Amino acid sequence: MKKSAALKSSAKQIITLNVNGRVYEQALFIHHTLLEVLREDLGLTGTKHGCELGECGACAVLVNGEPVLSCLLLAVDCIGKEITTIEGIADENRLHPLQKAFAELGAAQCGYCTPGILCAAKSLLDKYLRDDSRAVKPLNRERIKEAVSGNICRCTGYLKILEAIELAAERLNLLQNDPSQKILSTVYDKEK
Amino acid sequence: MFNPAELNVIGKPIPKVDALPRCTGKLQYADDLTFPEMLFCKIYRSPYAHAFIKKIDLSKAKKIPGVVKILTGEDFSIPFGILPVSQDEYPLSNKEVRYVGEPIAAFAALDEESAYQAAKAISIEFEIVKPSMSIEESLKQGMIHKSAGLEFGDIEKGFLESDDIFENVYFYEGNTHLALEEHAAAAVPDPDGKLTLYSSTQVPHYLHRTLAKTLNLPPSRIRVIASPNGGGFGGKSDVFSHEIVVSKLALLTGKPVKISLTREEIFYLHRGRHPTLMWLKTGVKKDGTISSMHFKSLLDGGAYGSYGVASLYYTGALQTTTYKIENYKFEGARLFTHKAPCGPKRGHGTPQPRFAIEIMLDEVAEKLQIDPAELRKKHLVQSNSITPNYLKVGSMGLGKCIDKVVEGSGWKDKFRKLPYGKGVGLACGSYICGAGLPIYWNPLPHSSVMIKLDRGGGVSVYCGQIDIGQGSNSMLAQVVAEILGVGPSEIKLCCADTDLTPVDLGSYSSRVTLMVGNAAIQAAQKAVDLLKKAVSEKWGISEDKINFKNGKAFNRENPDLSLDFSEAVQLAEAKFGAVCTVGSYTPPKSPGEYKGSGVGPSPAYSYSASVVQVEVDPETGIIQIEKVWIAHDIGKAINPLSVIGQVEGSVYMGLGEALMEEQTFRARYNGVHKAPGMLDYKSLTSKDMPEVETYLIEDPDPNGPYGAKEVGQGPLLPIPPAVANAVYDAIGVRIREIPLHPEKVLFALKNKAPKRSFPSFHAPKVIRVPLPSESPTTSLLSSDLLRSESLRVDSSPSSGLPPSSSGAVSS
Amino acid sequence: MIRLPEFRYYRPKTLKEAVKILNSEGEKAVIVAGGTDLFPNMKRRIQTPSVLVSLQQVKELHRKISYTKINGDQEKRLVIPSGLTLSEVCENRLIRENYPFISKTTSSIATPLIRSMGTIGGNLCLDTRCTYYNQSLEWRESVDFCMKAPEGKLDIPCRVAPGSPRCVAANSSDTAPLFCALEAEFHIVSQEGERTIKPAEFYREDGEFYLNKKAEEILSEITLPSSENLHAVYLKLRRRGSFDFPVLGAAAVLKMTGQKVKEAKIFLNAVSSAPIEVLESEKALIGTELEEEKILEAAESARQSAKPFDNTDFYPHWRKEMVGVLLKRALLELKSRKT
Repeated sequence: MKKSAALKSSAKQIITLNVNGRVYEQALFIHHTLLEVLREDLGLTGTKHGCELGECGACAVLVNGEPVLSCLLLAVDCIGKEITTIEGIADENRLHPLQKAFAELGAAQCGYCTPGILCAAKSLLDKYLRDDSRAVKPLNRERIKEAVSGNICRCTGYLKILEAIELAAERLNLLQNDPSQKILSTVYDKEK
Repeated sequence: MFNPAELNVIGKPIPKVDALPRCTGKLQYADDLTFPEMLFCKIYRSPYAHAFIKKIDLSKAKKIPGVVKILTGEDFSIPFGILPVSQDEYPLSNKEVRYVGEPIAAFAALDEESAYQAAKAISIEFEIVKPSMSIEESLKQGMIHKSAGLEFGDIEKGFLESDDIFENVYFYEGNTHLALEEHAAAAVPDPDGKLTLYSSTQVPHYLHRTLAKTLNLPPSRIRVIASPNGGGFGGKSDVFSHEIVVSKLALLTGKPVKISLTREEIFYLHRGRHPTLMWLKTGVKKDGTISSMHFKSLLDGGAYGSYGVASLYYTGALQTTTYKIENYKFEGARLFTHKAPCGPKRGHGTPQPRFAIEIMLDEVAEKLQIDPAELRKKHLVQSNSITPNYLKVGSMGLGKCIDKVVEGSGWKDKFRKLPYGKGVGLACGSYICGAGLPIYWNPLPHSSVMIKLDRGGGVSVYCGQIDIGQGSNSMLAQVVAEILGVGPSEIKLCCADTDLTPVDLGSYSSRVTLMVGNAAIQAAQKAVDLLKKAVSEKWGISEDKINFKNGKAFNRENPDLSLDFSEAVQLAEAKFGAVCTVGSYTPPKSPGEYKGSGVGPSPAYSYSASVVQVEVDPETGIIQIEKVWIAHDIGKAINPLSVIGQVEGSVYMGLGEALMEEQTFRARYNGVHKAPGMLDYKSLTSKDMPEVETYLIEDPDPNGPYGAKEVGQGPLLPIPPAVANAVYDAIGVRIREIPLHPEKVLFALKNKAPKRSFPSFHAPKVIRVPLPSESPTTSLLSSDLLRSESLRVDSSPSSGLPPSSSGAVSS
Repeated sequence: MIRLPEFRYYRPKTLKEAVKILNSEGEKAVIVAGGTDLFPNMKRRIQTPSVLVSLQQVKELHRKISYTKINGDQEKRLVIPSGLTLSEVCENRLIRENYPFISKTTSSIATPLIRSMGTIGGNLCLDTRCTYYNQSLEWRESVDFCMKAPEGKLDIPCRVAPGSPRCVAANSSDTAPLFCALEAEFHIVSQEGERTIKPAEFYREDGEFYLNKKAEEILSEITLPSSENLHAVYLKLRRRGSFDFPVLGAAAVLKMTGQKVKEAKIFLNAVSSAPIEVLESEKALIGTELEEEKILEAAESARQSAKPFDNTDFYPHWRKEMVGVLLKRALLELKSRKT
């Protein structure tokens, strides 16, 4: 791109985006957000929208591993970055441990907030997988709550979501073994 | 017929059959759909709460590049409404607008931005009229939508017999569903004049009927497909203007037309919780017996009817299903105001009165010096009984629910014993498992299921029900899988498509598990009977010796003798032709026959009890929820994982209503919505949600499939009053309204809380109904009904029986 | 779906390039410093700038947080480049270890998703907020707009305080009051050169013209005071555990000599269009050993001086009452940390 040249939004520009490891060369409007481009230009409708104003978290995706709101990010600002959406979270046909845990524990009810929450949660777990500071900042429920605190869920009351993230973290050996920490907060009590 | 020990799928906490599409971004919601040549629609909405449209000028809008078609009120002449008695809305308003956000014109364009620009270019001359923005004002103006008055027994006599009388005013603020998916609909025309509408709706069948009516087309030319709902909570159980408008646009342009509403527009669609002002007077005897109860409610209905008549009656209907009330009177009215229309939200009309009653019982317990848990337990409605307003209660596990939360929470060591600032509160609730009557009168089944077995062993199930996230797809698959002996994930579901699936009335009033479940049992039973006949012939043994399990048919007496499910299907197909069966369900007739008895009856009632522990900061008034214990009488958990999910979700929504959610308006500024966005409308985040301990009580109901009852709505009911009661325990102030904003708590602490008053209101007509015990015909009828069922319960106390004989219509 | 209006978009790579563009485009250009506040406002057509200048690629604004030497190598000062995201600032080791109160304050902003996009510079320059301003075009049309966004109309009054000569929209930045109380230094760059300004002078008590910064000026970096003997805290009041802007914030910074308070700086936000310094409360604390009655006196002074308007969540009278409570708790926290 030429120095100091303004990009006009009334005309489309050819832009190269790397989404889920695939390179897309696409003519796009400059004023279109990554959310619009993912859903409408690339057909990746797994990323959802609940407000388009940054107030719900449904549109969260990962850009260079950081969880961001695709509704407040211009697609043109993602050039040269790695974008990961819900469609790119599984490893080929193998579900990500988070997806597996979400399915197993019923953490996705209507499923509409799920793509955004999975992205936020994946970023958290990836950081712990990369980072040796685990001992300083143990992964616990408080941190998980914080990581998904930008995602509104209206169905679950979050508890199954937190449990599922904990289950995935446990399977990835990320969870500190603190016996006082209860993994499952619900009790299924059979009454005769 | 069912041996609980032999259940393979029912009662197992297995992942939902459609969990993976939801966890991989593959599930397609309505706005994810695109079609070649698709147009986009935007709606211009009223900026005023009350105004008359004098002139509409579209000249500028027509010139916006990309605009294809514009519709106004003139294009629609037929009104609609979800209830036959409230056909009071037009898809686009022609003359008068009654709330900010009421649709006036629709614009179809090549892209969404052009449609938006066109909507901005409309010019309208309005005559602005002063709106009525409150219950009190509308009552004064006579803007009464509907009033109701019912008296069961003689309340004055009841009050005379009581030792203590309690009387108070309560207020429950309105709030909205806030399903995360924004409503969307896509209409696709066929060249032959037929139309398909995809919509995020909870009620494809009612939408189908309404489209036929408003578009003036035979229903056979319209196909409605409900897309998976990204949350519903009642907010998608009405028919909406945009669904009709895109259908009309598609028919006129010959192109697919999609609309995806903004979050702000959804606050205007609303149909959420009615703000309700209540007055409650209760007469009790020394032991806490409720000898008389007089309840009045005034509902702020907003601008249109919606489900409002039902909402009104619901505020008076379920008082009687938890504790014995000897004489009961209900008077209420739903008022029109110039606000977004209210309708059904999780609990539909019942959280408000439940809030009043459960707080009042806390006051009664304190005065009588009885523990609130004990007081409730002493006066529980008995199972298999009939209430003063003729509701027939089947299984009733509230006592066990109370025991469970009292024990789990350590209630006895905490109630009135925690240090100042900390407190516990207890409350209960009860909810219907589907309404006994459909919303339009008809003698047809409420739900039907069709099953087709494939020669290759595949099982296809067709049903009009729509999964809104509650897990009804899994429920359907589990029920069929149990009977056919195959894995639930093997079952292919085709749901909520009016061309392909038999009618189910919709995902509302907690009816799906009970009604679809029963219809599915019937259809699956018929299918397995055909298979058994065919296999028994091959093996030369009687049918009752054949068992289907793990994808095979077994000889019960000789498990080595087996054949594959697909072989069994082939044998049956050879013998009977293609194996296709159907099952249907119609609820049993209700014993009540008075006017207004249509609201309240249900095949079964669920029960919940909750203890909430709070910490109140006396300096700020801020309430922290420390923990919630909740027990829910589910009858039988078909999938405990999904059931617990519904309980936790209900607790979440109940806490939101108790603490912060409110849909309010600015009367001073043209009646605009105060907070039509997700930042300003406060919904609890992951950091605000407390720990929840859930207990499932299984008290099977004879009318439920395998004994199952509802869970989607009931567990919300005890939460708001339990929080209010806990606040009282913590700091000694009684707050009789929600949300429990810190300001209110602090004001109450300083004795400065403004006292709410209840306007003078008497129902113009009160229907006096003799108590069931005084009415020879009904008492006979009800005891008859009860006897047959109690026998069935006794014969197999924990099995959960199929309801095939209790009202199912075979087809 | 709500979409952005059209604009011309610059993505300069150097500060020099950025100030040049801003200078030539003049008033019609608006800086994007993260976009998490600007883009929602643009989607709601509150602002519709024809030119946007993104600072995302400006390399000088994305340097590491590091010490710089000033006063002839006598003192080391930590410098935060304004283009760092709030998450980057929050998680920075130097900040966490030496200025934990900055980590805590930034971690209380909005949500993790917004913090990984929004920048520290953007938060310091955050537009003032009001329940009549942060609404859609259609909503604002219903109330016939407001003073801050009159939509080209003349003589539109403030909808919150109709008699007010100025807009009363609330300063809603969590970092602004803290940096004011810290007496940090803001560096501002423009075509004309560089200048330094104290945060307290950076903010104006006018909801419409809320910054002493010209459109073509860029806030480039923040220099922090030495962390020695510095005791600071920011407490935030809001309804939920995340998402929400402050409805009240109290920042208190004390410099101590032994047990005695030598200097005190106290700023409140969300009760005015700028962070407000509470001189009476400061006075009440100087020379004390933070005795409880002195803290109460300071808190009461702040409560009396605060005049919140009905333009955020919660009722203004409650927010006024909370000023005293919040400041008391902030000071008690400092006291408990000190001992």
